[in-house]
Amino acid sequence: MSEEKVKQELEDKFSYLKDTVTITRKGRIFVQVPLDKFNEVFVYVVKQMRFLALSAITGLDRGDGFEVIYHLNREGRVLLNLSVRLNKENPEVNSVTGYCPSADIYERELVDLFGIKVKGIAPGHRYPLTDDWPEGEYPLRKDWKGHKEAQNA
Amino acid sequence: MHDVHDFEDVKIPIGPQHPALKEPESFLISLRGEKITASSVRLGYNHRGIEKACEERTYTQGLYLIERICGICSHSHSTCFVQAVEEIAGIEITARAKYLRTLIGELERIHSHLLWLGVAGHEIGFDTLLMYTWRDREVVMDLLATLTGNRVNYGINTVGGVRRDISHKQKEEVLKAIDILEERTKYYIDLAKGETTLIKRLQGVGVLSHEDAEKLDAVGPTARASGIERDVRKDDPYAAYGELDFKVISVNSCDVYGRTLVRLGELMESFSLVRQVIRKIPDGSILVKSARKVPAGEAVSRYEAPRGEDLHYVRANGTEKPDRVKVRAPTLANIQSVSKMLEDRYLADMPIVIAAIDPCFSCTDRLVAVRDTKNKGSNTVVWETIRLQGIEWYKNKGIDFTSLNEKLTKLS
Repeated sequence: MSEEKVKQELEDKFSYLKDTVTITRKGRIFVQVPLDKFNEVFVYVVKQMRFLALSAITGLDRGDGFEVIYHLNREGRVLLNLSVRLNKENPEVNSVTGYCPSADIYERELVDLFGIKVKGIAPGHRYPLTDDWPEGEYPLRKDWKGHKEAQNA
Repeated sequence: MHDVHDFEDVKIPIGPQHPALKEPESFLISLRGEKITASSVRLGYNHRGIEKACEERTYTQGLYLIERICGICSHSHSTCFVQAVEEIAGIEITARAKYLRTLIGELERIHSHLLWLGVAGHEIGFDTLLMYTWRDREVVMDLLATLTGNRVNYGINTVGGVRRDISHKQKEEVLKAIDILEERTKYYIDLAKGETTLIKRLQGVGVLSHEDAEKLDAVGPTARASGIERDVRKDDPYAAYGELDFKVISVNSCDVYGRTLVRLGELMESFSLVRQVIRKIPDGSILVKSARKVPAGEAVSRYEAPRGEDLHYVRANGTEKPDRVKVRAPTLANIQSVSKMLEDRYLADMPIVIAAIDPCFSCTDRLVAVRDTKNKGSNTVVWETIRLQGIEWYKNKGIDFTSLNEKLTKLS
């Protein structure tokens, strides 16, 4: 199934995705998904459209809020990038480990580096920051300019 | 007599620093007798803040930093990153540049796989293999130094192409070296297929079923040894791979032995790829001029590194610095399979099982220089302090050797 077909199927199935699906080149599809609809789109894409492999999850600080991009692929060929925007005050996503067990470590990155809450993440080690990393400091946020203690040193 | 099941599980920490591990990572293993019942892994000891640092550097500066994510697959990371930048900027590099990137990429794969074979030999107590393969690896290292000026961190890529051309004389040198390496690799293949000790030590060890490999999204030789025929070079061709002829090597044995055969097979494919590149490389320029500023946009780039799929995400905001650079190295995708491979296995298999995914934690952790800001003035830490810190650290994890130490003192 080509990229065009994927776009068509997504737009037919979910009317609100009209005009938010972009094909940037062969094998690359970017989709903006509204936060409240994310779960149903994600489940459909994984279960029905067989985008079974999760390559990575990218977090982004947009200044006025956050964005999380799920990079899914089908048999290694077409890469579908589902992107969802979160507000700055209370950024929260649901864990997708129930569908893609490999998401675990990428979700921990979101928690550590951006301070994005992930609902339903299993208990376990943090990643990648140290155990004594100060609370409330998230290095990949744009307003983070280094360790507070180091800045004063 | 006691049955092993009469005993409670014993928890053993392995790492962050441990003789069996080549890089810092920490495993907590639960043992019943000699068998591993559960394991968990803690990563992050190599986190250096590279993604954040990239946001404060221009694309070209970032490229050199990205190359230093890893000392083994440096070309993989730099190519993966530069491809994403070129895609956003709309730069189409010349065919000659594409072939040169492919050439360095394949030579890198050869050096990485030979290195792995040596490490694997070492982990199973077959140090002769380590000596042999690392001697042969020098051939390809010298070749890389001739072509790029560096043994590691080649610095061949730049936005818009490559920085060094290949001369006629160098082409001949490459072909000569490849002949030598191919002959040696054939010997290693014979050895892997015929040497009983090696086969017995590796077969059925570190099993990762086809289903588990798919579920846990394993990549590279780890996935291909579990029967998943997936290779970015074939599935999503980049550089010159679309014009070259090669096979994706996969086996169905799902164990460490399979991972060895896959890498050996890939070495043979790499030799053929290098020869094709030398034969087919078109004439022309190696560099396209490009603007310092990159227009706003985003791209995901993939690259088949020696360890598997490397993925970079770049978002540009129209300035000369990126807004976000995300790196997902292959080991991060594979490390999640390790717990599965260790399940119900013997403790003694652990080093080779971990080594079999060819882990690279520098890649995986990427990211913060630690400065001791709490103790201004004096930053000298004596060995005893570190030792006590270590004991304290393990105590906090629920691992306490105090009573054991007391017993030992009484004995002596």
